[in-house]
Amino acid sequence: MADPKEAIKENSMIIQKEMLARQFKDLSMAKELGKKVVYTFVPGNLTELILSFDMLPVYPEINALQSGMRKKSAEYIRDAEKIGFSEDVCTYVKCDIGMMLNGNIGPTGEKIPPPDLLLLSYTGCFTFLKWFENLERLYPGVPVAMLHTPYQEDGVMTEDQINYMVKQLKEEVIPKMEQVSGQKYDHARLSKMMENSAKAEDLLVKILESAKIVPSPIDAYFAGVYYIGPIFTAFRGTGEAVDYYTELWNEVQQRIKLGLGPVTPEGEIKEEKFRLVVEGPPNWTNFREFWKIFYDMGAVIVASSYTKVGGVYDLGFRHDPKEPLESLAKYCMGVYTNMNLPQRVDMLEKYVNEYKADGFLINSIKSCNSFSAGQLMIMREIEQRAGVPVGFIESDLVDPRYFSYANIKNRLESYFQMLEQRKIILKQEEATV
Amino acid sequence: MKSLDQIIAECEEIAFDLKFSRARKWKDEQDNRVIVGYLPTYVPREIIHAANGISVGIMGTGDRKQIIKGDAYYQSYICHLPRGVIEMALDNNLDAFDGFLFPAICDCIRNLSGMFKLSKKGKFQRYFDYPQNFSSSIGGKFYIQELEKVLEDIFNVNGVRVTAKALNHSIGLYNKNRHLIETIYTIRQSTPWRLSAVETYYILRAGQCMPVEDHNDILEQVVAHIQKERGEPMDNIRVVVSGSFCEQPPIGLIKSIELAGCYILDDDFMLGSRFIQGNITDDSEDPLHALSEAYLHQSTFSSAFYDVGNPKGKRLVELVRKRASDGIIFCAASFCDPALLDRPELQKEADAAGIPHINFQFHENTGQFKIIKEQAGTFSDSIKLWA
Ligand code: SF4
Ligand code: SF4
Repeated sequence: MADPKEAIKENSMIIQKEMLARQFKDLSMAKELGKKVVYTFVPGNLTELILSFDMLPVYPEINALQSGMRKKSAEYIRDAEKIGFSEDVCTYVKCDIGMMLNGNIGPTGEKIPPPDLLLLSYTGCFTFLKWFENLERLYPGVPVAMLHTPYQEDGVMTEDQINYMVKQLKEEVIPKMEQVSGQKYDHARLSKMMENSAKAEDLLVKILESAKIVPSPIDAYFAGVYYIGPIFTAFRGTGEAVDYYTELWNEVQQRIKLGLGPVTPEGEIKEEKFRLVVEGPPNWTNFREFWKIFYDMGAVIVASSYTKVGGVYDLGFRHDPKEPLESLAKYCMGVYTNMNLPQRVDMLEKYVNEYKADGFLINSIKSCNSFSAGQLMIMREIEQRAGVPVGFIESDLVDPRYFSYANIKNRLESYFQMLEQRKIILKQEEATV
Repeated sequence: MKSLDQIIAECEEIAFDLKFSRARKWKDEQDNRVIVGYLPTYVPREIIHAANGISVGIMGTGDRKQIIKGDAYYQSYICHLPRGVIEMALDNNLDAFDGFLFPAICDCIRNLSGMFKLSKKGKFQRYFDYPQNFSSSIGGKFYIQELEKVLEDIFNVNGVRVTAKALNHSIGLYNKNRHLIETIYTIRQSTPWRLSAVETYYILRAGQCMPVEDHNDILEQVVAHIQKERGEPMDNIRVVVSGSFCEQPPIGLIKSIELAGCYILDDDFMLGSRFIQGNITDDSEDPLHALSEAYLHQSTFSSAFYDVGNPKGKRLVELVRKRASDGIIFCAASFCDPALLDRPELQKEADAAGIPHINFQFHENTGQFKIIKEQAGTFSDSIKLWA
């Protein structure tokens, strides 16, 4: 079980906590502040555009994951199942619906206001469509704006696809935002925000890529989910986000200078025994226990696909102040789950090689087809191409019924033994050469 | 004219021939013919026809094939359909196919398109995206671009450029096909005993694996047959089955529902064949535009499609009313996200309209139907009792 001792807090963590507290405070006071509230999703979000209309975004999947971390999700999921949702479907949706049925109290204990606009800008998952159909019925009469993101079918973004998206933005999304907010679209303001986006994105890439150093100064999965928080959600395009990433980057540089390993809630990793690339989202209900298994084994996650669901910045994309709408289109199409399977495999293979990983591990999420369907094939491909041992565990995002600590621990222990063995063999081979 | 029993027997064979012999024979008869496989639910088959192709619905293996390799590609919590499809691909059942289309209905089918790409099955593997924007100048334009990509894929295989004339001709054939299918449903509505749901299923499913011209012949004969009396009316209730638009229920399940005293008057089993409602303009100078308009404005509803502004719950209730049915059987594949996520809302609409309903989940290879039969029987009895 998780060690109850107090986790180490770096300055960047405190800053992020304050940012979140302010965000949810603003949301709880949206009415008093005269701000309109937009419900939208993380992958392929239009945060800068929303903020440029002085509206406040709400991301239901963030609420769901927070509910999971706060041990509320079991109850919420149960309530959603009581009204007819199947055991088999995405637990994020059920958790969110359950949260609404229970008064829509957010992670900070404050009430999240109902939406003024449902902005269905989503990427890489069909469940988002269903989720919004449900929300539309829970909030009848609230305007819905839809931005359809074409899939990277051929592994590229075509001009036609970009034009399609920009047209939707101009003719569907922006007019709805103008109508709801009562403000005119401000191109210059949006463009200015994108300067901040790009600055923060540069910093995030440096931070994530610091894990290429051996030993790595960061954990790019468990800690990575915190690092991506501000940029994947309500803060992209703000000065606050730039400040946060500047601070975080300073901390990481400091760690590099001192040769320190990643910070974890259990303390610093003193010896990096294994370097892993992980595919798939983490489990939230038992996040700390889950992380601790890796900590105990000296395993550091040096790269992960989950930290790319809100943008694959390390492959070069940046929001572009010169063409803000086009870059929103490219951003939405570029996120990890909108990449086709061959692209995903290429990216993961590249990670294994460039981050000098000892192994590749999949955490397969029971209720998330977007990630899970095809993962076993991804695993085979990586095993063949990168030649590293692959591992496979199963859990769920926010349904505690599907997190079996003993099972996961056993599997991981055998996997780490396999990695250990391989290291010994590789060393022996090196010595003979 | 063949007897109806003979037609049905032939259709059953064609529908479940996992070697797709009928389509292969057609392809072998002439050079430059192509077979394009498509996954559920809907693709505009007209464009494939016009490009000298036959479109074949890959509707899963049902209970006709043991799945061994497919299970190694999918976790236990993913629906059954794609594992059967992979099994077929690995067992060379699909080798005569030139290309594959994966309609944008769910993440499983989408990722399956990538698995086909990775394993280089066929000469092309295309994810066929539907616009979620329903204005002609935005979503319509996007849809036409999707159609053009498919035409280009086929051109790259057989060098056939599609003319407006050819496309209009194909649209005409499929208009006829849809019209005949709807005629069968209309006849069955008043006299469902003349053609059982299973028989109807064989006839429609066979149509996904044979040239449309041949299928039209068959449908014409079926219509002629069922205009005459056949079978015995039973004291059955009338139901609409909803939720089986992709992975198909086993035949035993459909039979069990009927044997339990339910006439199935409408369903979404072969939704692709019935997706466009009514005729598509077949004398346009721009037939791709006509197809696109039909998609945008003449599509039926399904859990696999986004519907804000035209909620499917209401449309399901309308369908039940149109078919003068007594109830709804929600019948979805286990782990089918689109169907199962819609279920609470659809049930709510049914409740609000006072329409009784029950709910089953299945795998395409489920072999036990005792419980389903009992439940459907109780459902039927309760409706009769309270009617
Ligand atoms: S299915 Fe997966 S990607 Fe989609 S909403 Fe659920 S958790 Fe998110
Ligand atoms: S059965 Fe449902 S989840 Fe499975 S492939 Fe079909 S639509 Fe997707």
